[in-house]
Formats: sequence, structure tokens, C-alpha cells
Amino acid sequence: MEATTTYKLNVEEIRKDFPILHRQVNGKPLIYFDNGATSQKPQQVIDVINRYYQHENSNIHRGIHTLSQEATDAYEKARTTVQQFINAQHNHEIIFTSGTTGSINLVASSFGKKHIHAGDEIIISTMEHHSNIVPWQMLCEEKGAVLKIIPISEKGELLMDEFKKLLSPKTKLVAVTHVSNTLGTINPVKKIIKLAKAAGAFVLIDGAQAVPHTKVNVQELDCDFYAFSAHKMFGPTGVGILYGKEAILNELPPYQGGGDMIKTVTFEKTTYNELPHKFEAGTPNIVGGLGLAAAIDYMNNIGIENIEAYEHELLNYATQKIKKIEGAKIIGEAPNKASVLSFLVDGTHPTDIGMIIDKLGIAIRTGHHCTEPLMNRFNIPGTARASFAFYNTKEEIDTFILALERALKMLK
Amino acid sequence: MTIQEIQQEIVDEFALFDEWMDKYEYIIELGKDLPLIDEKYKTDENLIKGCQSKVWLHAELKDGKIIFTADSDAIITKGIVGLVIRVFSNHTPQEIIDADLFFIDQIGLQEHLSPTRSNGLLSMLKQIRMYAVVFNSKVGS
Repeated sequence: MEATTTYKLNVEEIRKDFPILHRQVNGKPLIYFDNGATSQKPQQVIDVINRYYQHENSNIHRGIHTLSQEATDAYEKARTTVQQFINAQHNHEIIFTSGTTGSINLVASSFGKKHIHAGDEIIISTMEHHSNIVPWQMLCEEKGAVLKIIPISEKGELLMDEFKKLLSPKTKLVAVTHVSNTLGTINPVKKIIKLAKAAGAFVLIDGAQAVPHTKVNVQELDCDFYAFSAHKMFGPTGVGILYGKEAILNELPPYQGGGDMIKTVTFEKTTYNELPHKFEAGTPNIVGGLGLAAAIDYMNNIGIENIEAYEHELLNYATQKIKKIEGAKIIGEAPNKASVLSFLVDGTHPTDIGMIIDKLGIAIRTGHHCTEPLMNRFNIPGTARASFAFYNTKEEIDTFILALERALKMLK
Repeated sequence: MTIQEIQQEIVDEFALFDEWMDKYEYIIELGKDLPLIDEKYKTDENLIKGCQSKVWLHAELKDGKIIFTADSDAIITKGIVGLVIRVFSNHTPQEIIDADLFFIDQIGLQEHLSPTRSNGLLSMLKQIRMYAVVFNSKVGS
């Protein structure tokens, strides 16, 4: 996202679709800049959820009655919507999970069982979210494998030469984030995947922060796994996606056992269902899947290119404003960034800033953002983070800067 | 003054403020003014780590009373920590065990005790009671 392109996007019209943006917090109009944590939901998504429970609720894949058939059709149609959204080759390569964390744990468990052995190496990076660290640590501990970490520059970019040095015949998996939730850095995942493949390793991309902001094409990326969450892309919580290549998923053992994931069960032997059901034990989050599809339709309607260009403009605008504040330091200055802005101000603690501007109706995130090793890398306790979505405006950023200045006056 | 009386005194002080802004400004001033803890006690052992901010708490028994000192890296937390210390420090373990903490609620700062704030304050209050229980068994023996 280096160059700002033009966009067609009517933010005032878009804001009408998000009921929560019209409420007040602490007596002030809500300014929601915590989109990196979770995004707000448009009426179109809320309507789908309501309608499902009012008119369509039924269990899927197992009823002979009309309602069940309708629910099954809708759920499978949602799968196809996701498939098209990330351009997967097959719709059974789309596994519904509970979220990015659920997706990564599925791979750590099933892929780990099949492919990871003592002495093998898994490569992650310094800027990973805890959910792309801890499952691999647990797997390494269990199997006697070794976790290797790609270091980053002062600006918050992966050191690609160091990454190349880490790759070896021992490398079984490379698991990196597409976009850093703390720094905003957009990583060169295509290059990472190519290098990893050349070394004979599998690749998982954590796309939780990428999918809401930028077009993802899994076939073009050629990754083996891609994980993301609905709630960060204007859909409901509790549902997410694991994309995996058909051939690879077919070879993996199932994750959880239960209903829906079986072909036949006897007490002697159970045979497993085909993709994607093999990885979807139990009644899934049906309404979550429908809500995710509605969110994708909503984003497609606006156009991902428009979203990306508009958010880039917001990021630039806010970055320039923050830079003018005395003592402010931006954490994460990679040239290629998504709309995440982490900062610190000399002599103040991010928590204090967050608490004061909350009283002015502004929601930002403070703390370590579930990236403690990254905070240790920069030797900081945490950051204040504003993260923008396409329903945010420059006027909101102006109000945020005024609130920030007021907070700093109180704190310094 | 008893723990009860100190709490009432703080509640009366805060009654002067109508707006949250004044309240916060007062807390921030408290945080800035108070040299709360001797640097040598800012050890990992005394550290109560929250997700958002850190709190250090040190306790010692002097003439049958517990003297608490504490600090935080975040100024609003530090100000509230200062109030908590003012309430509990220099009382006997039994008085602390028997105390009913009400001032934080009454001055409208209960949100700072919410576990989601994760600022170490809630853990600090637990720790204060823990010290009281431990010192109480020592005093009793």
C-alpha cells in the first residue's frame, strides 16, 4: 500500500449501516479506533443473524425436513462465498473454525501429528500474536521440535536475510503473520512462501489482520494454510476460517472427534468423513458462517480496493498528526503498513492515555496487544494503538488528536 | 484514624468533584506527588504484573502494624494505589482483615478494579489481604 490510489467510497452512507457508531460513550459520540481488536457489524450482518434465528434455525447436514435442508444450503453457500473471497480452488478447502486461534490450533494438532518430529524446526517471527506463538511452542515441547524466530528491524520489518539463514532441510513449517496487529507491517508473504517452499517447508499465514484490509488470493500466494476470523472483518464473533490445500488437508488426521466428521462408526473402527467435514466435528456455528458470508458480501459491495485506499489515506493522515505531537514516537514504521497506528509519548504510560480518552468517548487499545515478545524486542511496556476501519473519518481523527493533547496536558 | 474513617475522608474529598476530569486530575496529582516505594523494593518479587500496567507492593511489620509502600508505572494507577495505601497502611493485620473496602466504589472508580482493566489493582488488593493474613499468624504466634 505504498501509493495512495483513488477510491470510491461514501463514508457518510456507510456509517448509516453501523448502528453502534451512533451511540454515545461517557456522554460523547463514540469514536471507535479499536478495529484491530474487533470490528463493528453492519445492519446487513445483524439482519442475517436475526433472520436466521427467527425464520431459519435448524441443524445442518442431518435433517430430512425442509428447514434443515435450507439451513444446510445456506451454510454451504456461505462456504462458497468464503472460497470465492480468498480465491481458493475448491470449496471443501474452506474449513469453518471458531476463529484464527482455532484454525492455528487445528493445524498445530493435525499437521503436528503427521509432520512434526523430534529435531524438526518451525519458524515464526518476532511480531507474531500469542496465538501464532503458543500453539507452536506447545507442539515443539510435545515433539521435541525447535522453534526459530525471524528477527525484525527497528522499523518493524522482517529481516529477510536472517529468515533465509534460518531455513534448512530441518524446517518443516513457517508460520508468519500477513499483517502485524501491533505494528501494522504488511509482510512480504509471497516472498516468504516462495523461499519456504524452496526449502521444502510448509507455510501457514495468519491473516487475521490482513483480510479486513486487503485482497487475499490464496492460490496466487501459494500458501498451504491461511487462517482468519470473521469478527475482525465485520462479521460475528466465534467463527473463523482455515483454508488449506486439498491434498495436504486430505493427508492430515482429524482434529476433534464427534458428529458430522464421521462416515461410519462402530465400536471397532470409525471411518472419517471427507473434506471439509472431517475437520468440523459437532454442530458448527451455523449463524456465524451465515454472518461471515453477509460481511463478505458487504465488503465486496464497497470494494476491497476502495477499502484499502481509503484506510491508507486515514493512516497517513493520522500518522502525520501524531508525528507533530511533542515526544510522540510511532512504533512500527515500515513503508508498507495496514491501518494500524501504535505510538508512545515520552513521559506518559499508554494506559493513562487510553483511560483518559475513553472518558472522551474514544476507544483505542493499550497494552502489549498479545505480542509480548515484540514489546520485549522494542523494550517497551506496551503501546497505545489506534486502528482504523473504512467507517472511520478524518474528522474522528481530528477529535482523537484533540483528546490526546488534552490527556497529555493532564499527564505531563 | 480507623480504616473506615480514612475511607470516609477520601469519599468526602472526592465529593468536591463533579466531573470525571477533575477526579482524574486529582488522582494524577496524587500519583505525581507520592514517592511511594523505596527503589530497592522495586523487585520482581514485589511486582504484581497486569496486562496494562505494573504495580509494586512492599509490606513490613512495625510495632504490630503493617507498613505498605507501593508504586506503579502508570500514573492513574499509581494515584489509586496511593489512595489504597493511605487506607490500609499503618494498621494491624486484624484491622486489615476485618476491613470492608468501600471507598473505590463510592468515588466512582470501581471500573479500575474490573479484571478486564488488568492493571494490577485487583491483584494488589488481594495481596494486601494476603500479607495481613500472613502477618496475623506471625503476630498471633
